[in-house]
Amino acid sequence: METIVFALLNGVIYGLLLFMLSSGLTLIFSMMGVLNFAHASFYMLGAYFAFTIMGATSFWIALFIAPVLVGLVGAVVERYGLRRVHANGHVAELLFTFGLAYLIEEIVKIIYGKTAVDYKIPDLLNFHAFTIYGASFPAYRMFMLFIAISMLIGLWFLLKKTRAGLIIQAALTHPHMVGHLGHNVPLIFMTVFGIGCALAGLAGVIAGNIFVTDPAMAVQMGPIVFVVVVVGGIGSLEGAFLASILIGLLQNFAVGINANFAEIFWFLGLSPTSEIGDITISSLAPVMPFLLLVLMLIFRPRGLMGEQEL
Amino acid sequence: MSIKKAALAAAVSFIAVSSAFADDIKFAFIDPLSGPMGPSGEAGYTSFLLAAEHINNNGGVNGDNIVVTGYDNKVNPKESLVQLQKAIDDGARYILQGNGSSVAAAIIDAVNKHNQRNPGDEVVYFNYAAVTPDFTNEGCSFWHFRFDAHADMKMAAITDYIKSQDDIKKVYLIGQDYIFGQAVASAAESQLKEKRPDIEIVGNELHPLAKVKDFTPYIQKIISSGADAVITGNWGSDMSLLMKAAAESGSNIPYFTFYGGSLGAVAALGEGAIDRLYQVTEGITNLETSDEQYALIEEYKTRFPEYDYYYHRAFNTLNAFKAAAEKAGSTDPIPVAYALEGLEIPEAYGTLTVRAEDHQAQQNLYISTVAKVDGESVKYGVDNIELGWKLVDGGKIDASAAEQPTTCKMERPAKP
Repeated sequence: METIVFALLNGVIYGLLLFMLSSGLTLIFSMMGVLNFAHASFYMLGAYFAFTIMGATSFWIALFIAPVLVGLVGAVVERYGLRRVHANGHVAELLFTFGLAYLIEEIVKIIYGKTAVDYKIPDLLNFHAFTIYGASFPAYRMFMLFIAISMLIGLWFLLKKTRAGLIIQAALTHPHMVGHLGHNVPLIFMTVFGIGCALAGLAGVIAGNIFVTDPAMAVQMGPIVFVVVVVGGIGSLEGAFLASILIGLLQNFAVGINANFAEIFWFLGLSPTSEIGDITISSLAPVMPFLLLVLMLIFRPRGLMGEQEL
Repeated sequence: MSIKKAALAAAVSFIAVSSAFADDIKFAFIDPLSGPMGPSGEAGYTSFLLAAEHINNNGGVNGDNIVVTGYDNKVNPKESLVQLQKAIDDGARYILQGNGSSVAAAIIDAVNKHNQRNPGDEVVYFNYAAVTPDFTNEGCSFWHFRFDAHADMKMAAITDYIKSQDDIKKVYLIGQDYIFGQAVASAAESQLKEKRPDIEIVGNELHPLAKVKDFTPYIQKIISSGADAVITGNWGSDMSLLMKAAAESGSNIPYFTFYGGSLGAVAALGEGAIDRLYQVTEGITNLETSDEQYALIEEYKTRFPEYDYYYHRAFNTLNAFKAAAEKAGSTDPIPVAYALEGLEIPEAYGTLTVRAEDHQAQQNLYISTVAKVDGESVKYGVDNIELGWKLVDGGKIDASAAEQPTTCKMERPAKP
């Protein structure tokens, strides 16, 4: 029972964090038709900016300033980088973001060093929120949950309930028509790119201190975010949401399961001491998202909610 | 960052000094200097730099100077072999490595082959921290010397201590999923069975090396297993992140570790680490020792403020090298390796003997736990907080008691 409760709690929090990262990526994809390889790098920038700002002022200021800064960096990248490269087609854009990811990583290494920085959670949130089954649940994780849900509602409201959201949605699918109606489409693209990056930055701000803030964080997070976007269906926000939660739960449940292959496939006569029978489900947890990716591409290439096939 | 500058300054300063003297003896330090395990590598690297500097300032080795150069292997065996080749091409005859038994196994193999193919151009590998027992048992090599106690020795110390703790009935094992973590788990299982058959092992978990960022699900599993104690061989970021999650969970299960001294582990637990985090090492800064050693500990901290004096074995390694080279009257690998066999040197916390049969250093081991810095018995803190390591009652294990048998059948080259 406690395994289920813990896995649910941690899974949902991790899932929402993944959604914060992948929502921007999927928006940018449906807008530009290009997977942004540098997306996880903006997540890293968020964590490092927050670390710097927190050092000078406080976490609360960093929480607001860092995502805005990351968003501005994103907007500049779109305005002076991607937009020029766009003229040369999708492959050029893809390569551009690919190079950008490495560039950002190297810059971070030069400025902050190659090893992790000591980005701490704020003292105000450094207490135990509640205790279940003998394990305390840190308040900071509840705070993450709160921020993630606020972001979810905010994004939903912006896209579905405001005029700006209406124009953005229209521009995603019919940019020329929106342009003919007198809207500044390049500005909309830049804004969406900026918002997407800011969301990734926000994820970095709130996750960098409970995970690790080091130059490898982008490389480690990048593949998972792609999995989310592909499993959810490329370009679908709802799909990304479902896939994020699914992957969050899947990984956390897998760690919580003690069984090994011999116990699951006992009917095949697998011995617990054999090479294969010895593999435990919990040791497979890191592979789970990728297994899901492969299965999804084979059996349902358009993803959970996607409209187009890859 | 400041540590980089300090390390660079150290490197530059003694290169400048050494150029004034005679020849250089090149040591290649092949370990992670970036990434999640980077701090572990840097703490070792800085220790070797300081050790070399001290030796060079005191007349060097037979008049020659030790030069330690860092090669970043990213804890990757393949990358390590590339770096090893680079180091050999750069003229290094001595290899220093410690982080990761997977890497150590690759280096031993590569060094064996290199020496077989290039007679007269041998290299010797000083292992300062990769503790899979096999390296000084079936897999032993004449070219490999280990200055850290291996996993079975450390586990024997831990299980002896657990033997006397009657309230421990259930033990949970967690480790990194590679040759070392597996060795730790099997040592724990077999030794507990022998010493405390009543103890139930309620979990035996292996997680990927340096990949897990959030240990919360693992900690919750430990808590729900009802364990009274956890044994882990985790090191580097896997140690500090495990402790971070343990602190968040608020549980007070004690942790018996090999590398609780990994950077940031004590800081992650804070005061929760007191009497809860245990480690077994070849020495701790808060033991009674000579003024010279206290001065060294303080010098290390001043020079490298981000780290603490932890890799005492780095100093032992180079001091043993110096003693062997002087005994042999040469700094060439084969005479030095022969001179190291059976060598005994005094060190700050006892006597270190390099066992000739298997090249495993025998030294006192100490079990310590965390206590508040009080300026007397706990003089030095770690992680820049007011907590430091303190010897537990009966925590000193004499070298003779820590010694484990070996199955090594060593092949030796012709004696020069």
